[in-house]
Amino acid sequence: MSITHRVSPFVGVLEKDPKISLIGTLAMLVEAPGEFDLVQQGRVWSLADVLSSWPNVEEAVVGVTNVMLTFVQPPDDIGALAVDIIELWHRLSPRSPNGKLIEIPVVYGGELGFDLPAVVARSGLSAREVIRIHSEGEYTVCAIASSPGFGYLHGLDPRIFMPRKSVPSLNMRAGSVTIGGMQTGVAVLTSPNGWNAIGRAEMTMFDPRKTQPSLMAPGDRVKFRIDRIEL
Amino acid sequence: MIEILTSHAFNTIQDRGRRGARRFGVSTSGAMDPVALEAGNALLGNDGDAASIEVQTFPFRLRFKADISFALTGADCDARLGQRAVPPWWCMRARAGDILTIGSPKRGARVYVSLAGGIDVPPVLGSRSTHLRAGFGGLDGRALQSGDVVPVGNPQRESPGRIEFGAEPPEIAIAESDPAEERVLRVRVIRAGEYDLFSEEMQGTFWSTRWKISAQSDRGGYRLGGANLTLAAPVEMRSHGVVAGVVQVPPSGEPIIQMSDANTAGGYPKMAAVIQADLWRLGQARPGSFITFSEVSYRDAVAAMAPVSDYIGRVRATADLYRTL
Repeated sequence: MSITHRVSPFVGVLEKDPKISLIGTLAMLVEAPGEFDLVQQGRVWSLADVLSSWPNVEEAVVGVTNVMLTFVQPPDDIGALAVDIIELWHRLSPRSPNGKLIEIPVVYGGELGFDLPAVVARSGLSAREVIRIHSEGEYTVCAIASSPGFGYLHGLDPRIFMPRKSVPSLNMRAGSVTIGGMQTGVAVLTSPNGWNAIGRAEMTMFDPRKTQPSLMAPGDRVKFRIDRIEL
Repeated sequence: MIEILTSHAFNTIQDRGRRGARRFGVSTSGAMDPVALEAGNALLGNDGDAASIEVQTFPFRLRFKADISFALTGADCDARLGQRAVPPWWCMRARAGDILTIGSPKRGARVYVSLAGGIDVPPVLGSRSTHLRAGFGGLDGRALQSGDVVPVGNPQRESPGRIEFGAEPPEIAIAESDPAEERVLRVRVIRAGEYDLFSEEMQGTFWSTRWKISAQSDRGGYRLGGANLTLAAPVEMRSHGVVAGVVQVPPSGEPIIQMSDANTAGGYPKMAAVIQADLWRLGQARPGSFITFSEVSYRDAVAAMAPVSDYIGRVRATADLYRTL
């Protein structure tokens, strides 16, 4: 149930509002209107940057075209808060994906890249073509979520899109380089995982002892480099 | 220091949880029954956020290696210090060498062993809570095992006075406003983002079903059985943040309530969210038991926290007074 769901009589003239809903009394979800793109995601980053400094906001957590706020105390007036957020949304200019560039060496294929044959079969490309396309892309970190330091990377070439599995692999190892739908990423924990493993990376993606424990941050760019190919 | 003598899987060190690290993909963890954690610390004069042992598999035994005051809160269980019975919601002073034995609860699911001074493992990202999946926090990021020696901090308020007293358990002190039938826990929720996507019939099913907490339930989440909630057309949600208490509906139609160790992100439609004031009751609900949902307004959800905060405040004030007697 959303708090504010103005239906504008001028749809197409005025830009749509974000959808705002509650997850209990201590969390609020703000979802950008429209399709996913990097401009809209950039506005979500800007929104999170500003909202995280608002009073009573414990944290602004970036998702894929959305941001969740957690509160220290339940807000007194959620309606007024929602209106303020919507007003802010319309004023914001998007932050561009100009974070640091992270280069990740990958051993493609091999024991940990056990889903590479499935990607080959679905795409109709050769294994080397799939690897070339994946390693030539430049990706943007949309959000860090799901497990510590796990980045949702946008920018995958549609030729190697690969749907998530309906039955997750139980033995997906930390460091597996994966494709899930139109996104790619590096598994941070060894755990069940529905994405498709095409290789492995040795880089430490998360270190809880650091002040910035996650290697990736929203807005960073990622390139995968072929370290070795095991076919 | 204390030494763990007997511990089965999944007994961990927990405090209030890890705040402010969700943006790094780190879930909060923290005690499943925050009221029991707070009350245990209040009995001992600890900070409310001091770390305790959350015991959820039994029996559990430990040996005190020094004279230490301790408190037992949470589930109602048979506990003994040496040969002496330890009543539920009680604090006591143990002598070096004493053995504390905690048997299976008669009601409730989780017992909290709090120690004067709190458990003194190093905080990681602002909390001592064990993050089992990622393997950090608590004692080396893992569950306790026999042979572990666990460090205890120095008590802030050493008690020259009384140290044997108890608190009224919250399930008595904080009455359920509208108790459900016997053996069914009524959980208050407010609607969440995708409630309106479900048909009226499905919404009705959600409210009227007596949901059974399945055996595949743990600190990560409770899976519920009893009915299937389906959408006329499936929706693909973009990955977004979730918090403990959110009731999500995966394609199977059987709801999942996310709990302390839930992932920071989810993508399933959200039907409702359990109110903060009832999360502790849910944290004591066992697999195999039944719950029903009832709806409250945002205002009522906020107001429902007052009796909980008052209760903790009363326990702390009374305990502070007792310790000086």
